[in-house]
Amino acid sequence: MKAMNNKAWFMVLPVLLLVALSAIIPLMTVVNYSVQDSFGNNEFFWVGTEWFQEVLNSERFHNALLRTLLFSGLILAIEIPLGIAIALAMPKRGIGVSVCLVLMALPLLIPWNVVGTIWQVFGRVDIGLLGHGLASAGIDYNYTQNTFDAWATLLIMDVWHWTSLVVLLCYSGLVAIPEVYYQAAQIDGASRWAVFRYIQLPKIKRVLLIAVLLRFMDSFMIYTEPFVVTGGGPGNATTFLSIDLVQMAVGQFDLGPAAAMSLIYFLIILLLCWVFYTVMTSQDNAANGGRQGGEG
Amino acid sequence: MASIELQQIAHQYPSTSGEMPSYALNPLQQCWQDGGAYALLGPSGCGKTTLLNIISGLLQPSEGRVLFDNTNVTALGPEQRNIAQVFQFPVVYDTLSVADNLAFPLRNRGLGKAEIAARVKTVLDMLGLSARANVKARNLNADDKQKISLGRGLVRTDVNAILFDEPLTVIDPHLKWQLRTELKKIHQQFGHTMIYVTHDQTEALTFADKVIVMLAGSIVQIGTPQELFEHPAHTFVGRFIGSPGMNILPCEVQGTQILVGGSPVATTALTCAGLPGLELGVRPEFVTFSETGGVAATVTGIEDTGRHRIVRALVNDTKICGILREGESLPAAPRVLLDPARIKLYQHSHLLAGQVP
Repeated sequence: MKAMNNKAWFMVLPVLLLVALSAIIPLMTVVNYSVQDSFGNNEFFWVGTEWFQEVLNSERFHNALLRTLLFSGLILAIEIPLGIAIALAMPKRGIGVSVCLVLMALPLLIPWNVVGTIWQVFGRVDIGLLGHGLASAGIDYNYTQNTFDAWATLLIMDVWHWTSLVVLLCYSGLVAIPEVYYQAAQIDGASRWAVFRYIQLPKIKRVLLIAVLLRFMDSFMIYTEPFVVTGGGPGNATTFLSIDLVQMAVGQFDLGPAAAMSLIYFLIILLLCWVFYTVMTSQDNAANGGRQGGEG
Repeated sequence: MASIELQQIAHQYPSTSGEMPSYALNPLQQCWQDGGAYALLGPSGCGKTTLLNIISGLLQPSEGRVLFDNTNVTALGPEQRNIAQVFQFPVVYDTLSVADNLAFPLRNRGLGKAEIAARVKTVLDMLGLSARANVKARNLNADDKQKISLGRGLVRTDVNAILFDEPLTVIDPHLKWQLRTELKKIHQQFGHTMIYVTHDQTEALTFADKVIVMLAGSIVQIGTPQELFEHPAHTFVGRFIGSPGMNILPCEVQGTQILVGGSPVATTALTCAGLPGLELGVRPEFVTFSETGGVAATVTGIEDTGRHRIVRALVNDTKICGILREGESLPAAPRVLLDPARIKLYQHSHLLAGQVP
């Protein structure tokens, strides 16, 4: 029998250490906090699932969760169709392609807090171009006082920032469709809608799935922009889970409930991503996963 | 169904570099009869797909007119021309079932439900896909997908012509033969005008009543498979059709003697003595090896194809190949004999006039 050579494990050691330091240890710290309570002096005692029960039963958590779900739902409902529409309208060849791609990529290059600051200033009624413009036009707009205005501002800001991502993903899927599909559709007398429904949509489904997942995760975890623009207000109107969590952990220093909430938050994201993925790929799996041929 | 006439059709693709674009298709005049089975045969890049797309309406020719049954359809798209086209790679609508794929062109044309169902059923039976009518099309293999592509054309009763663009490229060899036979059967049964683009001579010769051989954007010969074999109008046709292709040997004519590399190999009745650029064409099937007569040859190689053997030899440094049938043997000092009745003379690649079939 060949002797086992265990030296290879030493080679993996740096990665294991890195992962332990960057992910496992912090996560376990959170798990640790979530099941204990402390009155300071670094003294902890076991409380079991108490914090989880408290968080899950608190109205504050429910409201924040609903707000976050609503925000993500609206973001997906706007950005996905809009992204597809823009990708469809983009030129397929010529100089226009590069121009469009650069324009599309621009918002993606701006840091989150800068985006927040831009819109915070842009929307201000006293000096902001948008806020002042709307006020001059006689429209009552104030994102610091009006819930609807605050939500609209955040939604428009996110659409402006992230629709490009959906566009770029869809566009890459669209240009990969061989010309012959369009020719066949033309010969079959297909309408523009039929071409979209039966050729383009099925062919971009895979990239669209990635777009939906990315946009869902990002919007569900959104923190920086609403923090900069509205700070969670007016009142608690834009206090999403992430903002609530930070208030609890850093503002109030309630480590136990904050840790429990983090874990619940994490599990919700994981669960919803799994649901999205399963639903959107169910068709493929249902029919013996036939990926043979016809893909490109 | 319709006859198709091309009047002075030519095509140039727009140039990307700004130079004068060259013709992808040189001006040509051609008429295809209603109900005929035609093959466009030529090497890759000879313009056959361009020509096909001009007929179907996917491409607007830069010059000339396309007539269907004497009606000018040049400006019409493929859906108005009522053309069916099968492409090199099978095109199916992935998310639709086999039956829905076949119904697709009919639904787009707004036919009634009952009529669609009846026609789809007929075509499903014809293609042997009834058992899988409700399977999603993406789960089929390449040849069944290609059958669906064909079926979407057959399901329409009003098609003027069915065009095929190298439809069997991605099909397994043993299924190619089967599909080709089915195509032939469908052609006999329904009498559609069929135009079949291919670079495979076997496909072209077995499928078509008439084969159009193309080279570098021009038609070099149109004829039945037999005509192309026996009377190639161009050395390209001789070389391209047949396996191995025709021997094309540079030659000189002195009086009535044809000399290859200085040795007389045959005589000719044509008055072409002294013309420049003469070539002699003879198919390997009509080259025999014997101990006497003819000219001396050095054998350089023998390939056994099973049915017969191909002998490659040199006659005064000119390559020639001939066929040894089963049972024939090669003499120790072989001399090459050319069948005088089967010799063709070409000048600058074109058949010299006066050599009637």
